[in-house]
Amino acid sequence: MRGNRFAPGRLVAWFVLGVAVLITVFPFYWMIRTAVTPSADLFTDAGSLWPHHPTLINFARVVGLVDAERARAAGGSGAHINFLWYTLNSIIYSGLIAVVQTFCCAMAGYAFARLRFPGRNAVFAVMVAALMVPPIFTLLPNFSLVKDLGLINTFAGMVAPSLLMTPFAVFFLRQFFLSIPRDVEEAALLDGAGRWGIFFRIVIPMSRGPLITIALTTTVWAWKDFLWPLLVGREEQTRVLTVALGVFLQQSPNTQPDWTGLMAGSVLSVVPVLILLIFLGKRLVQSLNFTGIK
Amino acid sequence: MSDDGVQLVTAAVSRRASPREEAVTGPAERRRRPRDDRRVAWLFLAPVLVGFAVFYGYPTVRGVWFSLTDYSLLNTPSFVGADNYSELVGDPQFWNSLKVTALYVVVNIGSQLLLGLGLAALMHRLTRSVVLRATLLVPWLVPNVTVGLLWAWLLDANLGFVNHLLHALGSGGVSFYSPGWAMPSVALVNTWAYTGYTALLLYAGMLQIPQHLYESAALDGAGELRMFRRVTLPLLRPILALVLVVSLIGSFQIFDTVAVVYQGKPTPETRVIYFYIYQQAFTYFHMGYAAAVAMVLVVILGVLTAVQLWLLRASRSDLA
Repeated sequence: MRGNRFAPGRLVAWFVLGVAVLITVFPFYWMIRTAVTPSADLFTDAGSLWPHHPTLINFARVVGLVDAERARAAGGSGAHINFLWYTLNSIIYSGLIAVVQTFCCAMAGYAFARLRFPGRNAVFAVMVAALMVPPIFTLLPNFSLVKDLGLINTFAGMVAPSLLMTPFAVFFLRQFFLSIPRDVEEAALLDGAGRWGIFFRIVIPMSRGPLITIALTTTVWAWKDFLWPLLVGREEQTRVLTVALGVFLQQSPNTQPDWTGLMAGSVLSVVPVLILLIFLGKRLVQSLNFTGIK
Repeated sequence: MSDDGVQLVTAAVSRRASPREEAVTGPAERRRRPRDDRRVAWLFLAPVLVGFAVFYGYPTVRGVWFSLTDYSLLNTPSFVGADNYSELVGDPQFWNSLKVTALYVVVNIGSQLLLGLGLAALMHRLTRSVVLRATLLVPWLVPNVTVGLLWAWLLDANLGFVNHLLHALGSGGVSFYSPGWAMPSVALVNTWAYTGYTALLLYAGMLQIPQHLYESAALDGAGELRMFRRVTLPLLRPILALVLVVSLIGSFQIFDTVAVVYQGKPTPETRVIYFYIYQQAFTYFHMGYAAAVAMVLVVILGVLTAVQLWLLRASRSDLA
């Protein structure tokens, strides 16, 4: 009976959710649709939902498989670009930061949660206070520092500020380690295990979920990062995808941007996170429950 | 950053170091192994302490120092007292950037929160589908630069899909990035990117509400709208307050989408405070001045954080 009474309402509700999904997904469809369209068709065939002359030329030219002349003929500026290289750089950048940062922050989180040493609470409080400082405030002096060290346009300079830690990751992992039962550790201690042994053989295996959560969040964050790599790693050899897209847009003529090429590059910036979502989607979605509320 | 904020604060709510537990295990532990953690603890902490000192602590102190100097990245900073700050008070571009940012934040957060709340409520009452939630999360996973580019194309004045749609519906075209439309356009593009994420956080909050409250409300003959008003909203309030204030803080830091759409040369209507800092520092090399503007942002965000903590306490005592 209750189901009947709500049936029309439920239909409307499902319809609204459907519209939300459509609005979420359609822009990505349009991205792909544009990327497989010859740029000449943009003017004649701009509104149709289906590309009439599908082509892969735009992908070929943004990964540098086509010589400058043919690229220009296909609507590009002819400037050298190689999005496969930038994708690789992005993967190195975000992968390196995610792995090293998660590991270092797990060690520190464990120390803050379990070990006793003078000054523990004071040091932890200072780190948490750093969460209040907006990134741009430290970005200015950090840029000045990296420049003085001669690390502009090196991977070292790019990853340096976030490689070892973020206050958030330390905080998050410490909170988690506080919540796991002490019994197993206590028993191991009595058996004569050292702190390192306990950390590597007991704590890390027990904490796979939160560790993956932090690593995933960090990967996504680094993948999206733009301002810092723009300032520190703009040159070809260290250029990441986000920076490459910005540079690509600047090289393309102002009067008529190279939309088909830009969308082909954009597709490449979406595919890796989409793969991540397909394989780890459940974990990612649940991590929002986990980190968000529980 | 805003994401981190949400997680931080909510994690703080859920699990604060319990003094009781410390009291129980602490002394016993100390008796058993007097102080032998000290050496190993600093080893565990070493990488993080180095990272923190060099890239958080030092630059924070240095940022404050920069704001009191004349510094162009090339010279050595020379102390000028409060000159940067008094210049800032009389700088119309600075005030404009604050105004523009405020407008952006209001449009972006207002729409994002309302839509997110609606979506979360619908999902909560209809489905537990992970696929649906993952789909709504996709725009959040994509770099802001890509989001900015994609929508610059969709909203293009001549060839953009949205204008095609408007024409097909018999309406005139709109230049979405022209002065009058620019800021709402940018704000709504970011709303598109972050609504799914906001919805998922609120949805997770709704899952905490005991199911039997809905069942007894239904027995009393309450409709869905009434349940939303009488059960969901009041019980979600603490989470809602958190998500609101933390998204607000994140929203103040808009940069990427503006930088991409305007290719590094935003119009006065879109020159948000982050961009103004960036421009002063890296286009005009007024590092000292940029640091002073950044200090103002620190103060604004500090006040917002204080409000957030106050809300948190207020809402908790309210429920207790």
